[in-house]
Amino acid sequence: MTDLTTFGIAAIRDGVRDGQFKAREVAEAFNAKVAGADALNAFLVKTPEHALAAADAADAARAAGETLKPLAGVPIGMKDLFATKGVATTAASKILEGFVPPYESTVSQNLWNAGAGMLGKLNLDQFAMGSSNETSAFGNVVSPWRRPNDTAPLAPGGSSGGSSTAVSAGLAPGATGTDTGGSIRQPAAFTGISGIKPTYGRCSRWGTIAFASSLDQAGPMARDVRDCAIMLEAMAGFDAKDATSLKLDVPNWEAALSTDLKGKKVGVPKEYRVDGMPAEIEALWQQGIDWLRDAGAEIVEVSLPHTKYALPAYYIIAPAEASSNLARYDGVRYGLRDLPEGAGLQDMYAATRAAGFGDEVKRRILIGTYVLSAGFYDAYYTQAQKVRTLIARDFERAFGECDVLLTPTAPSAAFALGEKQADPLAMYLNDVFTVPASLAGLPAMSVPGGLDKDGLPLGLQIIGKPLDEQGVLNAGLAIEQRAGFTARPQAWW
Amino acid sequence: MSVDTATVKKIASLARIAITEEDATRLAPELGNILGWIEQLGEVDTQGVEPMTAVIPNQLRLRDDVVNDGGIRDLLMQNAPQAEHGFFTVPKVIE
Repeated sequence: MTDLTTFGIAAIRDGVRDGQFKAREVAEAFNAKVAGADALNAFLVKTPEHALAAADAADAARAAGETLKPLAGVPIGMKDLFATKGVATTAASKILEGFVPPYESTVSQNLWNAGAGMLGKLNLDQFAMGSSNETSAFGNVVSPWRRPNDTAPLAPGGSSGGSSTAVSAGLAPGATGTDTGGSIRQPAAFTGISGIKPTYGRCSRWGTIAFASSLDQAGPMARDVRDCAIMLEAMAGFDAKDATSLKLDVPNWEAALSTDLKGKKVGVPKEYRVDGMPAEIEALWQQGIDWLRDAGAEIVEVSLPHTKYALPAYYIIAPAEASSNLARYDGVRYGLRDLPEGAGLQDMYAATRAAGFGDEVKRRILIGTYVLSAGFYDAYYTQAQKVRTLIARDFERAFGECDVLLTPTAPSAAFALGEKQADPLAMYLNDVFTVPASLAGLPAMSVPGGLDKDGLPLGLQIIGKPLDEQGVLNAGLAIEQRAGFTARPQAWW
Repeated sequence: MSVDTATVKKIASLARIAITEEDATRLAPELGNILGWIEQLGEVDTQGVEPMTAVIPNQLRLRDDVVNDGGIRDLLMQNAPQAEHGFFTVPKVIE
């Protein structure tokens, strides 16, 4: 019998609908895969019963002759940044250990409403702060990929490292991610899968544990572009509970997928040719350009002059918002409390936060507190928000000359765990190509383009105009078809 | 940009994070490095540029002024590290 875990979202949906197999068989197959992959540490909580219940509902609906829901029979992984009712949710932080939300996030509820089931909650960088999944309080996620003849554990990317590992190792056909500065796209690139961050406001942030509210966006991570389109349709949509949610209908992205790019212009931003870019990344970028030209697009060089300032602006804005958002973890209403003998209220706050937050989270709270403090606010925060305006303006101008932009997703392939952890700045530089689109709220996607000399995946990024997820998905699909990327990690776990 | 340990301690106190002398010594150069790198933003001419307030133009909505939630006290308190008689409890506060 076919191994059902080799199927993606579309194949599972269609197979369940057409009666080729039962949804329950799919859920059981993925539950078994999850149970056998503890060495990857991708799951913080396993919820096989949730996946089975959704599968049984799909099978019952089909038996009753009902029209099946869009994700009926599809089990997915849920990044542990989404609050799930009755299922522990920690953001991979000690400060939320034991927290069981009495409510469901809008994005996860949307997925359940669409018929999906949950395989479990996925590990991540603590509070989504990191690019390698090494800041989780519950251990590193290990990438299923390895260099040849080398057992050194590699980073799955971050912060959605549990999601990227689960999908690339075949533990889930799709997973949710969140992207603040590249946390969907960079891990997707590192593990040879696809992932899209939609336009800011497409997916509700309600019930998603906040990192930097003006940047946080949820999105899907899956094996291919079509699966991303299907899953994003279910996740997105207006939500009155999020003041920044866009009151727009969700387009039927899957139905409008097309790889014909005739009449489209693809912009190649010259400022993304950074010093010291590895030759392999440069070659892949050129290959991507050729693929899109082959798909009928015209290639134009564009300029985004403020690109080099995006990363420093991000590392003011994101920590500033984080320092404010994370003020809620005080040991009073939920989560950890550390009350030293004889301590007063202020001491309890400080002790709780010292014991509960990891090093990177503390680092960012401190940076954020510093740049927002009296006397520094204008020089740092206001200046960064002005630079952000200039970065958004750069994109607006570039999109006067082209429809989508093509860049590499990350400046390198996956690095080894531990390799960059000692130097926070070196780690931050991982997001150099993904952060600008985040600052401008633009839809952006990573698709696998090829392998480097060590056989590790490399990704290409497509950035689109506001609300033009369709243009991004279509260009992504055009690349996907031409790249013919089928490499999968060999199971060693 | 150099950050001294006194500054680190002050920020940590503002952020309500207890740190040891050792932490402060370790964090000072780390934060100094990051802040030094961030300072390149000063090079950008932002004269006459408005700071960004919303990335995607969006209208703030008003909802009807009606009670549409509530009556779930016990549910909201079930995660409290310490609660008594329907209240969150904290150590005695004497100012």
